[in-house]
Amino acid sequence: MSLDPTITQPAPVLHPEVIGDRFEGAKDAEGRPLVHAEGTSKPIRARTPHEPQPRGARDRGNRPVDQIEAAERFIAATEHEKAHDERLWDMRLRRDKAAHALPEWEDMRALASQIKEHALANLDTYLGQFEAAAKANGVVVHWAADAAEHNRIVHQLLKDRGAKSLIKSKSMLTDECGFRAYMAGVGIEVIETDLGERIQQLDHEEPAHVIGPAIHKTREDVAEVFARTLGSDPTDTDIPHLASVQREATRPLILKADAGMTGCNFAVAETGTVVVCTNEGNADLSANTPPLHIASIGIEKIIPRFEHLAVFLRLLARNAIGTPMTQYTSHFRAPRAGAELHYVIVDNGRSERLGLKEFWTSLKCIRCGACMNTCPVYRRSGGLSYGATYSGPIGIILDPTLNRRKYSSLPFSSTLNGSCTNVCPVKINIHEQIFAWRKVMSEEHRLPFVKSEMMKVLGYVLARPALYRAALGAADEALRLLPHFVLANSLNTWTNKGRDMPEAPTQTFHGWWREHRGQTRKSP
Amino acid sequence: MRVGLFIPCYMDAFEPEVGVATLELLERLGCTVEYPVDQTCCGQPMTNTGCHQDAAAAEALFVKNFSGYEFIVAPSGSCVHQVRVNMTAIEQTPEVRAVRERTFELTEFIHDILKVSEFPWARFPHKIGLHYNCNSLRGINLASPSEIKAVPFSKPRALLEKVAGVEFVEPARWDECCGFGGTFSVFEPAVSVKMGQDKKFMHIARILNGAPA
Amino acid sequence: MSGREDILARVHRNRPAGDYALPLIPHFDIPGTEQGRLETFSRALEAMGGRFRRSSEMSSPLAWIRENIPNARIICSAVPEVPSDREWSAVRKPQDLADVDVAVVRAVLGVAESGSVLFTEAELKVNTLAYLAQHLVVLLDEGAIVPGLQDAYTHPVFRSARYAVFHTGPSATADIEGVLIHGAQGVRSLTVIADG
Repeated sequence: MSLDPTITQPAPVLHPEVIGDRFEGAKDAEGRPLVHAEGTSKPIRARTPHEPQPRGARDRGNRPVDQIEAAERFIAATEHEKAHDERLWDMRLRRDKAAHALPEWEDMRALASQIKEHALANLDTYLGQFEAAAKANGVVVHWAADAAEHNRIVHQLLKDRGAKSLIKSKSMLTDECGFRAYMAGVGIEVIETDLGERIQQLDHEEPAHVIGPAIHKTREDVAEVFARTLGSDPTDTDIPHLASVQREATRPLILKADAGMTGCNFAVAETGTVVVCTNEGNADLSANTPPLHIASIGIEKIIPRFEHLAVFLRLLARNAIGTPMTQYTSHFRAPRAGAELHYVIVDNGRSERLGLKEFWTSLKCIRCGACMNTCPVYRRSGGLSYGATYSGPIGIILDPTLNRRKYSSLPFSSTLNGSCTNVCPVKINIHEQIFAWRKVMSEEHRLPFVKSEMMKVLGYVLARPALYRAALGAADEALRLLPHFVLANSLNTWTNKGRDMPEAPTQTFHGWWREHRGQTRKSP
Repeated sequence: MRVGLFIPCYMDAFEPEVGVATLELLERLGCTVEYPVDQTCCGQPMTNTGCHQDAAAAEALFVKNFSGYEFIVAPSGSCVHQVRVNMTAIEQTPEVRAVRERTFELTEFIHDILKVSEFPWARFPHKIGLHYNCNSLRGINLASPSEIKAVPFSKPRALLEKVAGVEFVEPARWDECCGFGGTFSVFEPAVSVKMGQDKKFMHIARILNGAPA
Repeated sequence: MSGREDILARVHRNRPAGDYALPLIPHFDIPGTEQGRLETFSRALEAMGGRFRRSSEMSSPLAWIRENIPNARIICSAVPEVPSDREWSAVRKPQDLADVDVAVVRAVLGVAESGSVLFTEAELKVNTLAYLAQHLVVLLDEGAIVPGLQDAYTHPVFRSARYAVFHTGPSATADIEGVLIHGAQGVRSLTVIADG
């Protein structure tokens, strides 16, 4: 929303060079562009057709992720970065339009936050209720303490039934558990049915965004992946054609799959129902075609009743993609006649996170991705630069609970601007938690040596007025006297990344005060 | 009205003229302004890096310098946010709480406390694009941010509208972060520079394209 | 069952202290549904890529299908109003519907707010009907359109059906460069014919 009530025209875009000439997506009967699912409202495409796709953070084992280095490479891939930035900003604007069309929007965010906090504060009760209802409906319920146990339980279910192939819809939880890699290791074929997730699977990359896993890829990148793995024509980059390549390649796999797996957006305690939202209908295919449906459920997905589900669903798609609903909203309460339904309820560190006073509210997250869309750092770095299943603002506050050391650097990939907190549909104070994680990392001595030493020195000098004045005086002199090349070298990050040193004024404010006001009033 | 003036460390060193203008404006508006000469910093560079223990001494010095003032005014939303919201590395005595509560950013002080509604001497016949510091905007509510559904308001704009000749042009993404982020600009320079360049482009594009129809 | 006990014990031990009361949920009005919801419903459906028709515009749903989806060879109908090429007795497993061109079903209700229609296993007969078919035609009683999602969730099917699903337009994705396509994995088109 603009502060200027006279503004009704759209503003110039940041990267006009990636705005295409014609709208390529589906249109309605009158020929007007449609913008549902993850669609954009204007044609955005990279102009340089063969700019190689920038890859994600380098694998450094358990050492802290170097998000900065990956972000630099993303920015250097100028076409990818511009298109990525424009597209996600477009999603942010569409979110604003859909959200602000509801006069009750802010009330609903408050309600959603309260419902989730209540559910989390009474989580064991609701989990018990959910399990009892599910079992009464003929669902088999399993509990997995961690990722390894989740994978083992699912593997056992498949092995017991001689299942060799599994189709699945998008589930961040299964990504978190490293499910695909585990299954590959035990010889079970896993086929992702979500287009974006399938592209990433075929390209051996993690999802880059919770809603659009391949949101960082150009059509040329996708054509290259499909040519390599599905044998299609690498030069045919027409998007309906590429989508159809995947549809035709995946459909036979769906029809002969031995088992299907989905995630869970919401778990309704009162009826034991698992709710899954997709745009493609692939969760419904995965669940309804094979004789076995497994749903992986994070413990934090529990909500008490259907009346609460309505609040979340009215927020979710509007906040994520700017439409009132996703194309498909599926409710699984009991197995189909003649088929099996299993729930795997997963902890994997969530119960521990519940006990963290400053961070437990991150469990409210409903995986809408709006924080990623609005984050100016994420849009310019790409999701893969975070080197984790969860990226962007929510990733920064979740990932340290999954691996403290590896993700100790992520809380610093933020300007603390606070936009994420404002778009969060369940009012997680994301930027404040980012700030709080920095304190944790400092206290646990996980900061890079140079940084922590610099802070010690700064803290020392800034506590001593006379010393501070002397240091300023010396720096001023230095700034004025040293030739440019001495300052603009690789040790001085200020200049070597495209900035000039600020002009050093001839006098500080302090010096001006002494000269013009002549007072040396000390504090009373 | 007796006001303690706090000049941020970076302003003291690089933009003293902004400090001078702040002082002169407050005096013109009828305030008696004092500048405690032993002031240094609000502690933000350290707390923003998570190093709260390293900030404690600077925070204590701030309180010592500004204790007893009815109002403490700083021409910096980020420093004021640090003082009001994050100055917690020191024991929260009644004295500390009082200093923290009475610290105001210049615009909010003029708008909310002095309640100034006219600047009869002021004239600035130019097109201006307003840049909102993120701490000012989302931290201390200087204006309504674009994410939230609310009646739009802006304290800086409400004041600047009273200056003769001013014409506002609003850039695209008017409240997107510029990428400075304090220590972020030093430690994460590539993204910071890209954000800064983008912000500059947005303002220039809008100003060159003229005010919206 | 020790995994379960450990998890629940940890959750119980770590639960946040404080009063986190469940809020009362007010009912929010949907504009354009005070009288007659058809207009709001049809506009919402079309914005999501669906098609809207009225039964009064056509001699029969079958005639409409023949005219508008001319290449349809196999029609599988779950409603008495439209004859089915596929004999239901021949459908033994979900995959048997893989060659269906047009599926015809009746919705439990419609939601004006979003243009959604609701099915359960009762309306679909076999759940994959609505996903393996290339096109979906939905008969919807005008009187069964509720204003919004809050109203829809008061319907008893959510407590009795094994499977319940809202369809809001056809299968769609914009996973590649944000370019919207229909028929991602599921139906390429969805048409609602309002009758009653």
